[in-house]
Amino acid sequence: MQEAARLLKGFEKPVRPVGGATKPWLPAREEEPLETGGLDRVLEHNVGDFTAVLEAGVPFADAQKAFAEHGQRLAWDPPDPGGATIGGIVASADSGPLRHRYGGVRDLVVGINVVLSDGTIAKAGGKVIKNVAGYDLAKLFAGSMGTLGLIAAVSVRLHPLPDQTATVVIEHTNPDHLLEEVLKLARRPLEADKFDVVWTGGHGRILMEFSGASALDQAGQVGNVRDVDWDDVRGMQRGEVVIKVSGRPTDLPKVIRAADDHGGTVVSRAALGLSWIALQNAEGVAGIRAALGPRNCVVLDGVSEAAEPAPGQEVMERLKARFDPARIFRPGVYVGGI
Amino acid sequence: MDGRVEASPVGPARVEDAPSEAPRDISGLVRELRGVVGDEWVYTAEHQLRTYESDGLLQYHATPACAVLPGTAEEVQAIVRSCAREQVAWVARGAGSGLSGGALPIENGVLIVLTRMKRILEIDLDNGRVCVEPGVTNANVSAAVGPGFFYPPDPSSQIVCSIGGNVAENSGGAHCFKYGFTTNYVTGLELVLADGTMMVIGGYELDPPGYDLLGAFVGSEGTLGVATKIWLRVVPSPETVKTLVAFFDSTHAAGEAVSRIVQGGVVPGAIEMMDARTIEASEQMAHAGYPVGRAAALLVELDGSVQECEARFDEVVGICEQCGSDDVRVARDEAERALFWKTRKAAFPAMGRISPNYFVQDGVIPRTKLPEVLERIEQLGEEYGLIVANVFHAGDGNLHPLVCYDGRVEGEAQKAEELSGLILDACLDAGGSITGEHGVGVDKKKHMPKMFAEEDLDAFQRLRCAFDPAGLANPGKVMPTPRLCGEVPGPYRVHPLEAAGLAERF
Repeated sequence: MQEAARLLKGFEKPVRPVGGATKPWLPAREEEPLETGGLDRVLEHNVGDFTAVLEAGVPFADAQKAFAEHGQRLAWDPPDPGGATIGGIVASADSGPLRHRYGGVRDLVVGINVVLSDGTIAKAGGKVIKNVAGYDLAKLFAGSMGTLGLIAAVSVRLHPLPDQTATVVIEHTNPDHLLEEVLKLARRPLEADKFDVVWTGGHGRILMEFSGASALDQAGQVGNVRDVDWDDVRGMQRGEVVIKVSGRPTDLPKVIRAADDHGGTVVSRAALGLSWIALQNAEGVAGIRAALGPRNCVVLDGVSEAAEPAPGQEVMERLKARFDPARIFRPGVYVGGI
Repeated sequence: MDGRVEASPVGPARVEDAPSEAPRDISGLVRELRGVVGDEWVYTAEHQLRTYESDGLLQYHATPACAVLPGTAEEVQAIVRSCAREQVAWVARGAGSGLSGGALPIENGVLIVLTRMKRILEIDLDNGRVCVEPGVTNANVSAAVGPGFFYPPDPSSQIVCSIGGNVAENSGGAHCFKYGFTTNYVTGLELVLADGTMMVIGGYELDPPGYDLLGAFVGSEGTLGVATKIWLRVVPSPETVKTLVAFFDSTHAAGEAVSRIVQGGVVPGAIEMMDARTIEASEQMAHAGYPVGRAAALLVELDGSVQECEARFDEVVGICEQCGSDDVRVARDEAERALFWKTRKAAFPAMGRISPNYFVQDGVIPRTKLPEVLERIEQLGEEYGLIVANVFHAGDGNLHPLVCYDGRVEGEAQKAEELSGLILDACLDAGGSITGEHGVGVDKKKHMPKMFAEEDLDAFQRLRCAFDPAGLANPGKVMPTPRLCGEVPGPYRVHPLEAAGLAERF
């Protein structure tokens, strides 16, 4: 961390923090890579407290394996081709099906250490799971895509690793009927860990995973229990061109039809209203955006386009100016050209 | 946040800690504000302002130049704009039930009271959302979406405290160990920034593009702006709830039970602990038939699916017994469950029955450090010759030691305050925090440097300056010493690389 601070102070060329380099679509410009591979220590795993302190370069899979030995997990499950790091996941706020129950990346980060472009090393939060002292900089940095500074370490909250899980699959071919069932399920007091819808080639499936001592019983109340490969499900968040739709649960039929019209597939966190449409190429992007407006459709992959400012743009620009005074952390790549 | 401190401390009025504006004539501004909200909603008379001189933490008080009660977001914006033009500092206040002096007015400043803005604007259960004005009480959100749905963050003051205040403080409550805090439930905010700009971030949908301004704003204690509209996520009410109270001969044994319950893979809806003194005081008030004299009471609540609760509940009862409890009482019906909770939530007000005055602390520790920290607190109490009663959210290690004292005895208030500070030191030594849910406000800002280095505080200030460069929104709170924002390092320039403009690609 001190090394990074020394390096950054007085640095003038643009830099990009790089973890496992598992997100190859991020525009690589004339930026010096700032590799986090050296920050690879699990600083603490407080088993009894269900917390851990991890350096940014720790491979997510390694950390998860270490937690599992104690019957615990960090309840993140983003698509990971192998090598995704803690820092990279926080910086990109990349989430998977477990978000249904445990919230997004930011919801499990309880503390953060960052290195800023003027060499400042700062921390916020702590390592206890409940804490309101000071500003929540961890949330600000989660999803900041490396544009505010280097995430050097985070403290996270852990959860028990369930000894049993069971997944229900419900098939549908009509998007409207599919939504009806989704809404009915979403209103029931079910405590599912995951609640996704996948749609490919005119065929849809509702997938709900239950966990805990009574996982099978809970699942049995909803439908037929089947084997589901969740790696395939979260893998649908990746593709040649992927559009992430920030919608509402009730938008689902529209999202499905927009994808169908352009030969795309859909995976949706059904109760959260977040969907990923994967396309073969960029041709359908404009059409899908037009169909789903005014919902935010963010392109994850393969397309360059004009920078559009977002609500709060001015505040975001001031944040950038304050946290990255040298303007070297990936300048120009963030919303509205930040 | 927890219950209002009803035993009014008569300790030293430490208004020197209260932020104040240099006295100057702002009658022109007041006249203008009357024009904005109407004569009847601007208070300037001393007897009217007295209501607002403190929040739930009564040892701090300050008198603002005026209290303004806007009825709409547009009125809030107009008020803030006028204050910005006149460079007059202001504080937003909800129900005033906060326990850190966060809504303490600024002497000679403007107080914006949001209690009139209490409309529930929209309920959309298909999408699990409600949209409310900031003055809506926490309990009314759950009431509006019940019984099928509920709003999980449940501070003990939920009947009076407002959602706007919850957003400012990132309020928790007894059920947040399982369900999370306010920040996990706010999906959108309409804000007025200190320069009078109005903006909407988020809304019904999750993950708006750009930095997580919602995450930055929630819990910022009114220092980044004022929320005029709030979108909240609500969730289906659990299928069933099972509650028990178990009594132990030592807090150590009860703490051991907590650890074993949590390590067994159960995430209870709530686990609350009370020590002997709290049991005694609460029993006097709630008459739940609790055995006065027992060292610790543990309230455990499981909620969720019937199958899971049934399966886990026996496990929890077994753990309590193995850890030495010979008195486990299971709530037989909703009335009994309500009584268990009433007894727990009576803990703060009940303390007034055994002590004329008290300070309430809000430290957090890693749960496994509970026995040693309790021991340290006991030791400190003995050293100072003062009673410290303990009640805490045991699941997440959030302690509320109540330091009892008699304000009529000269010097005792200072002693109690000193002891309170040492308790926080003990929490920090254990790797914890100075506040779990009450906020820093004015009360704990002096402890901030013990938890955060100068560089950390500087980073906080960068965030604050990005929202409120002029420092007009609730100044003098959170940060230990007043700071100015200074120039933004260099004007914002379009970077050469931006020509290609590749934003929105994430």
